[in-house]
Amino acid sequence: MKRALIASTLLSTLLLSGCNLVVMNPSGDVAEQQANLIVYSTILMLIVIVPVIALTVFFAYRYRASNTDAAYEPDWHHSTTLEIIIWSVPLAIIICLAGLTYVATHRLDPYKPLSRISADQPIDESVEPMVIQVAAMDWKWLFIYPELGIASVNEVAAVVNRPIEFQLTSTTVMNSFYVPALAGQIYAMSGMQTELNAVINEPGVFKGFSANYSGEGFSQMRFKFHGLNEAGFDTWVEKVRGDDKVLDSDTLEALNQKSISHPVTYYGRLEDTLWERIVNTCVNGEDLCRHDMMMVDALGGGGLEGLWNRDMFRGICSADDPGALMALIRPELRINKDDLVTAMTLTAPVNAN
Amino acid sequence: MASQAHHGTSASAPDVHPFWGKLSWDAFPFHEPIVLITFIGVVLGGLALVGALTYFRLWGYLWKNWFTSIDHKKIGIMYMILGLVMLLRGFADALLMRGHQAIAASGGEGYLNAHHYDQIFTAHGVIMIFFVAMPFVTGFMNYVMPLQIGARDVAFPFLNNFSFWLTVSGAILVMVSLFVGEFSTAGWLAYAPFSGLEFSPSVGMDYYLWALNIAGIGTTLSGINLVVTIVKMRAPGMDYMKMPIFVWTTLCTNVLIVATFPVLAATLALLTADRYLGTHFFTNDLGGSPMMYVNLIWIWGHPEVYILVLPVFGIFSEIVPTFTGKRLFGYASMVYATCVIMVLSYIVWLHHFFTMGAGANVNAFFGITTMIISIPTGAKMFNWLFTMYKGRVRFDVPMLWVMGFMITFVIGGMTGVLLAVPPADYVLHNSLFLIAHFHNVIIGGVVFGIFAGIVYWWPKAFGFSLDPFWGKVSFWCWIIGFYLAFMPLYVLGLMGVTRRLSQFEDTFYSIYFIVALVGALFIAAGIGAFIVQIVVSIMRRKELADETGDPWGGRTLEWATSSPPPYYNFAFSPKVHEIDAFTHMKREGYTRPTDGFMPIHMPHYTATGVVLAGLLTVMGFALIWHIWWLAAASFAAALIYGIGHTFNYNRDYYVPAAEVREIENLRTQQLAKAAEQ
Repeated sequence: MKRALIASTLLSTLLLSGCNLVVMNPSGDVAEQQANLIVYSTILMLIVIVPVIALTVFFAYRYRASNTDAAYEPDWHHSTTLEIIIWSVPLAIIICLAGLTYVATHRLDPYKPLSRISADQPIDESVEPMVIQVAAMDWKWLFIYPELGIASVNEVAAVVNRPIEFQLTSTTVMNSFYVPALAGQIYAMSGMQTELNAVINEPGVFKGFSANYSGEGFSQMRFKFHGLNEAGFDTWVEKVRGDDKVLDSDTLEALNQKSISHPVTYYGRLEDTLWERIVNTCVNGEDLCRHDMMMVDALGGGGLEGLWNRDMFRGICSADDPGALMALIRPELRINKDDLVTAMTLTAPVNAN
Repeated sequence: MASQAHHGTSASAPDVHPFWGKLSWDAFPFHEPIVLITFIGVVLGGLALVGALTYFRLWGYLWKNWFTSIDHKKIGIMYMILGLVMLLRGFADALLMRGHQAIAASGGEGYLNAHHYDQIFTAHGVIMIFFVAMPFVTGFMNYVMPLQIGARDVAFPFLNNFSFWLTVSGAILVMVSLFVGEFSTAGWLAYAPFSGLEFSPSVGMDYYLWALNIAGIGTTLSGINLVVTIVKMRAPGMDYMKMPIFVWTTLCTNVLIVATFPVLAATLALLTADRYLGTHFFTNDLGGSPMMYVNLIWIWGHPEVYILVLPVFGIFSEIVPTFTGKRLFGYASMVYATCVIMVLSYIVWLHHFFTMGAGANVNAFFGITTMIISIPTGAKMFNWLFTMYKGRVRFDVPMLWVMGFMITFVIGGMTGVLLAVPPADYVLHNSLFLIAHFHNVIIGGVVFGIFAGIVYWWPKAFGFSLDPFWGKVSFWCWIIGFYLAFMPLYVLGLMGVTRRLSQFEDTFYSIYFIVALVGALFIAAGIGAFIVQIVVSIMRRKELADETGDPWGGRTLEWATSSPPPYYNFAFSPKVHEIDAFTHMKREGYTRPTDGFMPIHMPHYTATGVVLAGLLTVMGFALIWHIWWLAAASFAAALIYGIGHTFNYNRDYYVPAAEVREIENLRTQQLAKAAEQ
């Protein structure tokens, strides 16, 4: 309340109607906390900024050349007291702000599971967050619901007050996944996975887009985020399921072609391990998956031959059969599969389900 | 998948003609009306200029007295002219963007397609940073610093000329891209993997790379030159703690340049290798790491921000004491603040991409180091403030710019600290709030400082002051224009509008973009008034003449010389006893020596810098268009010419004492005349 009061005071001075400012008036708890942080930091800094501006104007007026009544001390250039004040006041403010930053950065770490649903609603430990896998493509967004076995393009839905765990990657250049009403943004990058934990607290349709320039179709790289209640979400899922398109390697390859203003598309069914292959840039099944390459490297690499012998590794998946991969690169070693899997601390088996 | 696309691109790369490379008629913009009209305009304008220069027989004068000059003052002025010319180009891009966005946000299509728009915002950023702000601040450092330390030139005068022409070379390549081929669409920092061959196969990216590769070498060499000059060539008695603050900020700036421009060179070299040699440093596949590119480019890019702003802080630190008639408050703390900023600027780069997904500890570290920079910056602000305290503030045009700066810059500083709080950055990153922030500090800081400095030192450089009326018009247009153009962008950022959009979903934001456009038009008027100011002042140069060499009651050594100073700057090296050496001299009743002149050791002018840079421009152009024979030939020619220059032993001469006496006598008469009036 107090925050809202301060915020509205601040913003009304800018002649704004607060409801337009989605960043300051979001509908998700994470974005809400981030907006609070903006307000608190601004107030802290105004402690210095306002006096500086006021003193600038005042000194300029008071000590104008035509005002011969004012004191004039052309050689006065040092005051230890003043020096201490002008260094220590900003220092004190920055210490406060640094403390705030340290705590807030850890609390709002996008990788960290949520610790609350909203200011007055604690998290229910028994409710698992809904996983939504997000791939940025040229120039559209693919959303995969691994638990539901469905996918959609340029439209995503989530249940109000249920934590969401976004897993993000890109099949193209760097993009930034951003739904201002929901939570701050995070980059989506090829060959790796970033994460964003968030929750939507109010039903509604919110704008989402890429916040990192990605080329010709960037302006149209938008989607709608639907915050729905349980029933509404079930209806939405049924609608997606009702479309009997299957998202598999071939449709994904087709989808991955450049397109601008791609229409909302639903996929009622999903091919297995598709996400793992998107993240590891081996959807077409011809290239060695990235995590397999990493395993090759972790085991000492394929040597110089590895540069020219990429073909040798095609079609081999370390998770399916690490022994085969091992036999190829280090035939002299006889290590069993279990040892290898233990050694592969960096990659979890992908076909666990 | 990604690698597939990559190999597809290389296979389908356009045929490279053995003689013309990739260059063909398609490279010329006959199909783009906007570009074609600009092209025709520039060609006609260029022909008119060339015609005028020929008609008035100015080519020989320009070549002999300016282009081949290794006088730091002339090179400084040429840097400023380069900056001004490129400002017009960069600002034209800004107007195109503002106009387009205002239309696009009001429901129209706008007049730029995405591809063209993307080139324009890229060119705007590249030009404004590399070819406007950098030449301006380098121009000031070149012109003012040697005079302030009582030196006759920089440490390596030829290198100085060469550095300048390398910067021009980069600017020429950027300008050529407007009409031959196209410019990069990858944004001013050319983030990988977008800037790689897979996503940006066109020559635009290559223009970017070679322009910056070449100009960057120039900047690095200039940085070394100016550091050595300050370390080795200060007048007797000028200890480090007696140097003018502008010299201090120049020193720190050039240390930053020497330490960070090699990072830029290496980063761009790796990206160039990715594009030309098939390496994979920054590609999505085959082990490349785009995140590495983003880190490297900002390891250069953040110190670059301070490379721009530190000299300007120096300019303000010279202007405030002069126009308050009072010694700078807290000289020592100003020096330490500058040094602290210099050091800290190396350990904040990650704040440009908190959203890349680093852990909370990493983000918090870089957020907090960023905030710490605001402490010395704040101290500087207070020092200027308390310099006004108990002073006699004269509101001449330079001081107006300072006032505009002090009020505007603190707002930009505040939003900057706000962006340094990682969770706040998650919602503001890449939004128009960010755009508003950095224009707030770059316009409110760097640009205002540049204008303040131009008006302040103009009489020194040309012997007459700038007309104050048009200076005030320019100031007010700029300041009103700035607030109108960028305050709406702060608001739009809070509305969740991101940067670099050429089309908008709804007309919700229309009014803000229209106000921003009006602001941009005010700024255009400000630039126009600035040019009118120069023209009017040149016409009225007799009445505005500065006979004394010290029109403002200056405090540092450059004001001890005539306006403009003789080419050897000082007939005798001044002896320094105090901070504000010239004030001290005036107070102690210093009398100018009028006799006992000795021959002065000076360097000869040389055409080598122009020739080498010209050859390297050709090389850059040839590499961009894959005209390999020409690249090899021009590189070889530059190499041979450069080696040949090392055998030129006729580099220096002595100005005879008689000539010095003659020049100094004229000065004595001039001073006597001024004293009578």
